[in-house]
Amino acid sequence: MRIRTIEELLVETRLFADLAEEHLATIAGCGTTAQFGEGEYLFREGDAADTFYVIRSGSVALETHVPGRGPARLTTLHDEDVLGWSWLFSPYRWHFDARALQPVRALAFDGACLRQKAADDHDLGYELMRRFAEVIVSRLQATRMQLLDVYHHPQDG
Amino acid sequence: MKLLEQPALEGLLEALVERGFRLVGPTVADGAIVYDEIRSAADLPAGWTDEQDAGTYRLKRRDDDALFGYAVGPQSWKRLLHPPSVTLFRARRNGEAELEVLPEPEEEPRPVAFVGVRSCDLHAIAKLDRVFLGGRYVNPAYEARRGRVFVVAVNCGVAGGTCFCVSMGTGPRATFGYDVVLTELVEDGRRGYLADAGSERGAELLAGLAAREASAEEEAEGERIVERTAASMGRRLETAGLPELLARNRDHPRWDDVAERCLTCGNCTMVCPTCFCTTVEDVTDLTGVEAERRQVWDSCFTLDFSYLHGGGVRTTPKARYRQWLTHKLGTWHAQFGESGCVGCGRCITWCPARIDITEEAAALREDAR
Amino acid sequence: MAEPAVASPYLPEPFRIRRRRRETADTWTLELEPAAGGDVFAFEPGQFTMVYAFGAGEVPISISGDPGRRDRLVHTVRIAGATTRAICSLRRGGTLGIRGPYGTAWPVRRAEGGDLVIAAGGIGLAPLRPAIYAALARREAFDRVVLLYGSRSPDQLLYPGELERLRARSVDVHVTVDRADESWNGPVGVVTTLIERARFDPERATALVCGPEVMMRFTAAGLAAAGISTNRVFLSLERNMKCALGQCGRCQFGPVFVCGDGPVFPYAAVERLLTVPEL
Repeated sequence: MRIRTIEELLVETRLFADLAEEHLATIAGCGTTAQFGEGEYLFREGDAADTFYVIRSGSVALETHVPGRGPARLTTLHDEDVLGWSWLFSPYRWHFDARALQPVRALAFDGACLRQKAADDHDLGYELMRRFAEVIVSRLQATRMQLLDVYHHPQDG
Repeated sequence: MKLLEQPALEGLLEALVERGFRLVGPTVADGAIVYDEIRSAADLPAGWTDEQDAGTYRLKRRDDDALFGYAVGPQSWKRLLHPPSVTLFRARRNGEAELEVLPEPEEEPRPVAFVGVRSCDLHAIAKLDRVFLGGRYVNPAYEARRGRVFVVAVNCGVAGGTCFCVSMGTGPRATFGYDVVLTELVEDGRRGYLADAGSERGAELLAGLAAREASAEEEAEGERIVERTAASMGRRLETAGLPELLARNRDHPRWDDVAERCLTCGNCTMVCPTCFCTTVEDVTDLTGVEAERRQVWDSCFTLDFSYLHGGGVRTTPKARYRQWLTHKLGTWHAQFGESGCVGCGRCITWCPARIDITEEAAALREDAR
Repeated sequence: MAEPAVASPYLPEPFRIRRRRRETADTWTLELEPAAGGDVFAFEPGQFTMVYAFGAGEVPISISGDPGRRDRLVHTVRIAGATTRAICSLRRGGTLGIRGPYGTAWPVRRAEGGDLVIAAGGIGLAPLRPAIYAALARREAFDRVVLLYGSRSPDQLLYPGELERLRARSVDVHVTVDRADESWNGPVGVVTTLIERARFDPERATALVCGPEVMMRFTAAGLAAAGISTNRVFLSLERNMKCALGQCGRCQFGPVFVCGDGPVFPYAAVERLLTVPEL
């Protein structure tokens, strides 16, 4: 059984499938595979954000710690989801904790390296920005709906 | 066509009484023409007419003694066919385990003759028939009441200040839905009634009266009267393309404009002869053994008329006025294949804020999508 | 006294509670049978009855049981006011009045030959459960059967035991909650996030959606965005009803009466109406 290259795995993801060959190669060049056991943190709030992940299997919870409440789970991410955009924007620090709920296999990309490459090659930069903007918009819509608390009824406590 | 002189008109009403009908017709009460039980032609509003305009209703004396010389008053025949409060059933309970449902007997099983029904109201009755008899489910109580009615219609000799039956194609000439139709001729102090039958029992009733055939001049006079009424409508409503226009313009600024004037008092829905919406009340007696379920008139202007997930759906007056007008002139077509409005003008006359449905409909056409 | 020629459609039939089970803090499932004996009436998935609680009132409740069974009428009722409170306070043996069944049905048969995607939010799973049963009765006629179920929190999930059994019958079950504590290991997020993760062929899929109206609006839009024609996405709308016969006027939604023209509508027919505030 041949182990597939990062590039081949990248092409299979929804987010990067239609990327130009050369950009794929560049991004793949900054990537490796990663594994996390159940309960392990992928990153923690406040840490330097220099990586982003594409989840291949397993699930990850985005959490934040609320005094008096413990860890508050905001959302969960699953197969094919992209995890992490703080690497793209200053101050390049994580805003939340990410913890594996089940064992996770993912592709991990060196954000610092990609930031540099994007600065040098604006075409690549545009492609990355556009795709991550879509991800952020989609997450924002979902978050807004979560805030609506649609199942809550006025007579509930 | 027959010509009934005064004694023959009395004879018509007497014949109905003899056949077991109780008579309901227009009378003067509390400064208005209202429908009530009558015993003879003497109870009819002789020599009265009305002045109607937006938010205005006044009775005035005529200089003759015509019996039907006015338009329509605040009530319609829906009061008798679809009463304001009807008991649907009573329920009896024996602990939590036993529940007995008892259908309610007819509250008024006697046959009734409606005397003096105008064409607009004939159309309104037909629209109510569509709602309660022509849909997926027949309302048996309505059906029973409806089956007991004998209709004596009257062709209007005077157009009301807020009438627009001509625009709606519902009058002033009665063309269907009656057993007998009368046209009042008043000339030189003499009164006579052209009478025609609209059904077998109507013909049979007329045949038994002491009345002659109408002359050609008398028939022509009847025509002239109806034409004159048609030519003197108080209002007009342009109906072309109205349902589609209303569906496309739910956010027209006119809705905000009318909302500032509308009190959501619901008068329009009470006086409208085709508004049929109801609510239900459940009451128990003090022992909690017997409960009654009543169906009562309601209005789409009430806050809880439409609610969802514990809150009102149409909380603003704008939304509620829009619902009423759009239903009456627009979505009624999709639901029942025709307009819900008969052009009787009652909603205009009885609106304390003087909102005029014909004016609103015209305004919505301006800058419409 | 005149006897009505036909039984009035306004008169409820007494039904007795044979079993009741508490689903969540404020939701109960009742199994009813006719007090006079005999079979329960035949019904189609998506239909509802008017449930009368003595002296309290009458409310429309979707039937949530198996349309293939005529021995029980099953209703899942959430306490939302005086009438539902009265309904849920009756014990086993208590009697309610039932009128029905009313309304249009989920087009389960029409979906055969393709994928069936069922998207439920909160108590919206209850009116969809009969559709799930109907599909399982002819499972081989469908390719994939997918259930996307979103709830407020884990303790609000309906029929949790059944969800596992569904997986065993080759239903692709995805469950998510809006908020959760640590004891929940599953997805957290709104039900639309499940659409991306579900596997179905949009060109041959039919979707059935039920839940709070806002949830249905977003979910139907999400399914349409995923490629399912709006003629094959169906919603179950809700409005207060006093008669369910098209004669009290209250359940009107634009030109349609939810009681008779619905409650199940194709998204294509109501998409524009849903965007009008306070319609």
